[in-house]
Amino acid sequence: MMRAFVIAVYGFLYLPIGLVVLFSFNAGRHASDFTGFSVQWYGRALSNTFLMEALTNSLIVATTSAALASLCGTAAALGLGRAGPRTRAVFDALFGAAIVVPGVVIGIATLVALVQLFGIVNPALAALWPGDAPPRLSLGYGSIIAAHGLFSTALVTMIVRARLGALGRDMVEASSDLYASPFTTFRSIVLPQILPAILAGFLLAFTFSFDDFIVAFFVAGSQTTLPMYVFASIRRGVTPEINAIGALVLVASIILVIAAQLLLRRRRPASA
Amino acid sequence: MSSAARKRLVTALLLAPAAVWLFLFLVLPFIAIVVFSLGERAPAGGYQPALTLAQYANLPARAAAFWNTLVLAPAGALACLLIAYPVAYYLAIKVLPQRRLLLVALIIIPFWTSLLIRTYAWMYILGGRGIPAFLELVGLPDVRLINTPGAVLLGIVYGYLPLMILPIYISLERLDRRLLEASADLGATPFSTFFSVTLRLSLPGMMTGFSLVLILLLGEYLIPTLLGGGKVFFIGNALVDLFLQSRNWPFGSAIAVALVGIAVVLLLAANRITARLSGARQVDLL
Repeated sequence: MMRAFVIAVYGFLYLPIGLVVLFSFNAGRHASDFTGFSVQWYGRALSNTFLMEALTNSLIVATTSAALASLCGTAAALGLGRAGPRTRAVFDALFGAAIVVPGVVIGIATLVALVQLFGIVNPALAALWPGDAPPRLSLGYGSIIAAHGLFSTALVTMIVRARLGALGRDMVEASSDLYASPFTTFRSIVLPQILPAILAGFLLAFTFSFDDFIVAFFVAGSQTTLPMYVFASIRRGVTPEINAIGALVLVASIILVIAAQLLLRRRRPASA
Repeated sequence: MSSAARKRLVTALLLAPAAVWLFLFLVLPFIAIVVFSLGERAPAGGYQPALTLAQYANLPARAAAFWNTLVLAPAGALACLLIAYPVAYYLAIKVLPQRRLLLVALIIIPFWTSLLIRTYAWMYILGGRGIPAFLELVGLPDVRLINTPGAVLLGIVYGYLPLMILPIYISLERLDRRLLEASADLGATPFSTFFSVTLRLSLPGMMTGFSLVLILLLGEYLIPTLLGGGKVFFIGNALVDLFLQSRNWPFGSAIAVALVGIAVVLLLAANRITARLSGARQVDLL
């Protein structure tokens, strides 16, 4: 009986996703008239310039924020391994907040803070700038990358720290007993072992940023990311074109998550 | 430079980028919304400095959003818990170890897959051209599924179930099987072993999952918007309205601060309950 229940839950989790993919190949407009196989909606989606622009924006934002988060998060994980208990407690609390606080609040708070900050910085820039056209800070790529990078840095730190914790101290000690400098030890012993975790962190951070709607909704300014475009189209009405975009996004995220999981599983006993 | 000072310098340099990020995009924004929540709305929208609790006194104006959220979010989290427990139990205890990795991965994948698209899938299924159209074919016209509280609840369970299953699975998987054998050897029935050993020891995982899902649900916007169709308003909807449409930033800030306050109280309560009932600490996610 329990087995049947579990199978039903897996069905519940995957059937709706499967339906979106299935109906993205429907020649007809609606679920209720499945008139045959067609890839026309994919063609429409890929030739939609607004959509392609939103996709490009999302790729830029996700790549940059995930790369920055991987660097900062890895450095923070290494730093926290050496820091005192009080420093660690402060960072733990802040990283925990970055993960747990709902996206709506993060989006709003970042919007409010950045608008105030720009209000102070822009007049100052204008006064100090020697030329005619002083640079103006505004919401856009930068603010989305920064807001996504917050969650992602916390995420990468958590993943890399877990791997560092599982790392054998004996190799590190052996290396320094053999007079390797701390940096050599890091490069040849620690880094190769935590690299899969860093890559997994990068992929999950990328996935998060690529899929996020709510944070970007507040801080994107005049930019549009792919989820923002999809949301706006859904509000205008459900069309088969959205199924095609949805199917592509689903497949992309699934591939990224599987890759991340494989990286996290490598050379680790089969637990959690 | 002494080696101790050098070591401290390296540690500080390693932590500096994350510290700057946390300060600029977490601490500072939070201070900003607290300051805003004590201010007034400027005549043209936005913020005007002041020091008043008027925004907080005005919170009952959005009572409906708070009410909907504070009813549907705990109900959704509870439904998730009830469905998630048997699944986590099956994965941790019943399933063959060689199949476990794949089955757990199949839970993790939807968790990381676009919530927007997954919610949209239900919009497509429950919408007029989905299930209702089929029901009409079999002679059940005018069935309304989308834009109801039930649809929102379904979307919540669908969206957050994986996040509930994972921490419970982790706590059950760590459970020492010898305790179960000892309980059986001492003459306990499987039923009483489950209640006095298994359930108790998996409590930290249940509390982690429940509080995490509940807190994220408090800020949910997509699910009530897409599946509630403007009829089921959450706090998240009120915030989007106040910040992006009616531009009453101080009032919106007060609501956001109240939301964080509720979340903190919930987290502290969950920690308390866990500590009292099991003596163990909470399970870290992933």
